[in-house]
Amino acid sequence: MERREYKQEINITPELQARIDELLSHYPADKKKSAMLPVLHAVQDAHENWLSVELMNRVAEILDVKPIEVYEVVTFYTMFNQRPRGKYTFEFCRTSCCTIRGGEDMIEYACKKLGIKEGETTEDGLFSVVGVECLGACGYAPMLQLGDFYHEHLTEEKFDVLVEDCKQGKIKLD
Amino acid sequence: MARKILLENIHIPGIKEYEVYRKNGGYSGVEKALKTMTPDQIVEEVKTSGIRGRGGAGFPMGLKWSFIDKKSGKPRHLVVNADESEPGTFKDRFLMEHIPHLLIEGAIISSFALEAHLSYIYIRGEYMWVFKILEKAIKEAYANGWLGKNILGTGYDLDLYVHCGAGAYICGEETALIESLEGKRGNPRIKPPFPAVSGLWAEPTVVNNVESISAVSWIVNNGGAEYASIGVGKSTGTKLISASGHIKNPGVYEIELGLTVDEFMNSDEYLGGMIDDRPLKAFIPGGSSVPILPAQYIFKTANGEDRLMTYESLADGGFTTGSSLGSGGFIVYNDSACVVRNTWNFSRFYHHESCGQCSPCREGTGWMEKILHRIETGYGREEDIELLWSIQGKIEGNTICPLGDAAAWPVAAAIRHFREEFEYHVRFPEKVKNIKHFVDEPMEKVRHLLTKTVQQ
Repeated sequence: MERREYKQEINITPELQARIDELLSHYPADKKKSAMLPVLHAVQDAHENWLSVELMNRVAEILDVKPIEVYEVVTFYTMFNQRPRGKYTFEFCRTSCCTIRGGEDMIEYACKKLGIKEGETTEDGLFSVVGVECLGACGYAPMLQLGDFYHEHLTEEKFDVLVEDCKQGKIKLD
Repeated sequence: MARKILLENIHIPGIKEYEVYRKNGGYSGVEKALKTMTPDQIVEEVKTSGIRGRGGAGFPMGLKWSFIDKKSGKPRHLVVNADESEPGTFKDRFLMEHIPHLLIEGAIISSFALEAHLSYIYIRGEYMWVFKILEKAIKEAYANGWLGKNILGTGYDLDLYVHCGAGAYICGEETALIESLEGKRGNPRIKPPFPAVSGLWAEPTVVNNVESISAVSWIVNNGGAEYASIGVGKSTGTKLISASGHIKNPGVYEIELGLTVDEFMNSDEYLGGMIDDRPLKAFIPGGSSVPILPAQYIFKTANGEDRLMTYESLADGGFTTGSSLGSGGFIVYNDSACVVRNTWNFSRFYHHESCGQCSPCREGTGWMEKILHRIETGYGREEDIELLWSIQGKIEGNTICPLGDAAAWPVAAAIRHFREEFEYHVRFPEKVKNIKHFVDEPMEKVRHLLTKTVQQ
């Protein structure tokens, strides 16, 4: 994969700060580190869904921990991204229960339609297709996750509509 | 008509909302527990009910509660495990999405029984919209005096928060979950000490599954003995089963333990039989970690008795001819499914989800994935089957947490029951290079090829 430098503008808005303060209040004052995952989610959501080293350093300051303690967490959990992804990232479940009900075919269809391979992002930065492990929708297969929401009982037609809606900015991600 | 405990009120419109839930008897369990019972009495009722942990391990819940260290005087915690990620399992999500207050009510009673004043619900990060449903429901519970200081004027204080994970199957293991809740990587801890003595922030902690906690209010209201009157033997009460795969009606069902597998699979009230009228080939009763069983052991045990939906009956025959109720993730396969491909799929999952602490699991899951992939894609060798068998045997029992076992068992069961499919793959590589190899030519149609090669 080609190496690219990605720049991220850090902006802890008053709304984000208020959310961080609320999350910190859920844990004893001397156990701030426990707020790590919720705070990382909140910060990532407010920064186009990825975390640069600079942003992770800022989270370390917020939580009063060493930067390495944030890096080791970010690299462990799959939901934290260390580089930008497509604005609309389709995360298809690729685990058994979905694949036997057409999950693999759906991934293939999505890649073909968008002209990318699994794991890639379209040139315009709009779409990514990713295969992920079981999302707990086995009875409603095939399915994908987009932002906070699940799209279940997928068909090629439903996927076409979804892509069109994304292009027109009609899709809410959270 | 089968009795319902968890889903009894699920059909009521608006049951997700506080007012509707309350109007239909919601939170009466908290009233009864806090006003008329002592914590020890609640623990006794839960023990009497015989309810077993619904996350997968099936450990008696009352017994687990009785281990919590109340002598040290340290703060205690209840942590609800909502990190549902076992492939095939989507029942906890169903409960939390549709009747979130049932879980919150159970968590309040359980925290009171454990004399905990700060409790958490740890939910997997991908269920972000469910996280928001729970956050809202918890706010409603605070606003109506069910959480916070001096609940119902009894002097009992409790804070309950929902905490989200970030995409790691391993955090469903209780000590990994606690590590994660402390803001660390989800590496399971060496036990002992068990969480009941040293859990969250080294304080006594009980971790219970969503479904287990959601049953507590009913047990308090109706008595442990009433709960224990449902079911068979040591499998008491009801269980949520999440069904998926090649069946007519996939979804979440509440069953009385003791129902026959045959009725569950084939009656219209439940799964309604197979789709497309293709024959049943295999099933996994309790999530991807438990052994897959071939058709002949599904409805009957090896002794010819009816197979029941109970902890004991599903495990009858040990791992030779039995499996496990596990999490209740019920996955059904017809003859178009390839067992090798399925096993490779699961091995990829476990390799991806191994935390990397123990070498047998970190390395072994990767080796198994690679070998299974080459067999499935037509590049396998005859000796690969023995190699797989040997690797899985070296993972099992040699790791800190059960993820190693969970990765080994599906591979062992697949080879044990479907060895001929592995042989077919290595002997007829050209035939399996088409990924849909069993759709048009199921094993039944090509089995004769194997006997021919043996005769040669």
